Amino acid sequence: MREVAVVGFTQSPSVRREPDRNEVEILIPVLQALREQTGLAGAECDFICSGSSDYLAGQSFAFVSGLDAVGAWPPVSESHVEMDGAWALYEAWVKIQMGYADTALAYGFGKPSMGDLPITLALQLDPYSVMPLWPDTISVAGLQARHCLERGLFTADEMAAVAVRDRGNAKTNPYAQVKGDFTVEGILAEPFLVNPLRKSDCAPISDGASAILLAAGDRATQICERPAWIRGFEHICEPMDFGVRDLGRSRGTEIAAEKAGVSSDKIDVAELSAPFTHQSILVERALGLPPETRINPSGGALAGNPLMAVGLSRIGECAARIFRGEADRAVAHATSGPCLQQNLVCVLEGR
Amino acid sequence: MNAHDTSGTEGDGSPVTVLRAPIVLEYEYSAGQSASRFLRAIAEGRLLGQRCPVDGRVYFPSRGSCPQHAVTFGDEVVELSDKGTIVTFSIVRVPSKNIPLELPYITVNVLLDGADTILMHVLDADLDDVHMGMRVQAVWKPREEWTTSTENILFFRPIDEPDADYDSYKEHI
Repeated sequence: MREVAVVGFTQSPSVRREPDRNEVEILIPVLQALREQTGLAGAECDFICSGSSDYLAGQSFAFVSGLDAVGAWPPVSESHVEMDGAWALYEAWVKIQMGYADTALAYGFGKPSMGDLPITLALQLDPYSVMPLWPDTISVAGLQARHCLERGLFTADEMAAVAVRDRGNAKTNPYAQVKGDFTVEGILAEPFLVNPLRKSDCAPISDGASAILLAAGDRATQICERPAWIRGFEHICEPMDFGVRDLGRSRGTEIAAEKAGVSSDKIDVAELSAPFTHQSILVERALGLPPETRINPSGGALAGNPLMAVGLSRIGECAARIFRGEADRAVAHATSGPCLQQNLVCVLEGR
Repeated sequence: MNAHDTSGTEGDGSPVTVLRAPIVLEYEYSAGQSASRFLRAIAEGRLLGQRCPVDGRVYFPSRGSCPQHAVTFGDEVVELSDKGTIVTFSIVRVPSKNIPLELPYITVNVLLDGADTILMHVLDADLDDVHMGMRVQAVWKPREEWTTSTENILFFRPIDEPDADYDSYKEHI
């Protein structure tokens, strides 16, 4: 395996609605900041991969215009995944491992405020038996939360405590959208949005973008004083059908964590992309984090949820803490699909 | 057939071969800062381009950023003439929606005076006369029908000016 590291990370603020800027206008400052941070422009990278969704944009091939933010002339070697940018980063990492590139740019962007996100996401469900019923994402997650509560896997108090922790942590994150001093009692007093989920159990809808620069071997140490070396990188997909998997645990995260080598050493920081409080608990348990691990110091997805960038940002937040010497070993998680269908785990180390 | 019809009949054991699941999603678009300015100007009959701060090329219409250098254009605009030069053309003999011309008609790539990017449009001219380098001008809808739409320009039409130098448009072919 080649030694590959995250050497740069930038993001836009998560906002409920970007009223004026289109996706390219959101993305350009993010990529310009990455260039300033690393000294390398996106178009100078050996490989470029983006993550976005035409369903959010409501236009086919909308991701092609995203390349305007890169400056794809002379022509560049690039690819796209209709997934979170974390999977774009995975593809870039594979390209480097295969020897096709020494440097790679991965970015994710989304502007879900243009549509009705919970309804749009119904399209990722089984197209024959489930999608025609148009179950929105919050209702689907609510069924999972109810299932877990009825089985006694955790309590509503424990769910609320996740939001209290994440949004409290987010107070020091200038890019976060929802932050502040919440209390378990206060959250439990909120009316149900979709029983048993309250508004604070749900990640916000956010517009935004983020970008990561990868580099191999000596290139990494030339670009970054303290690179975040990728020691493990796995993603696992579970079946789409809700009836054939255990919704009370995230088996995919467990397998990805094991393959990525999460359990072998201490973990200073973990960043989770779970968009609902109950899913955060399931992911935490699946990762098998030690009690001293600091979870979601940035606030995680519950504080800012720019769809298609939120998972990539979790990897970036971990890497940034390693850049600054605040952490030596970190675990980032990204998810995609309903009820934690697909999960990605990335282990980063400062040496 | 409504949304829930299937071709099989309940209980007759035949396979369901058709499932209708209509998808309707609504979106509320923002054209973006730059395109909004462009559209407001065209509602007043003005054509705005924007200049790349790196190489000075003028983009029309502008999408707010230079796709070659990946920089935003900022607020500076360049007002363009509605006259230009035909860079390439094609004669169309199949019908298409929203084109107010009878078949056959001519599609053209026009390089507006002052712009460095081409505009695709249609030309109202004799098929035998159209040629590269031909000078043309936009024909607009009546002023009272102008909206924030590029459809304010109906088509281009030849004007009585000598052909443009090949060198002036050769890089856009």
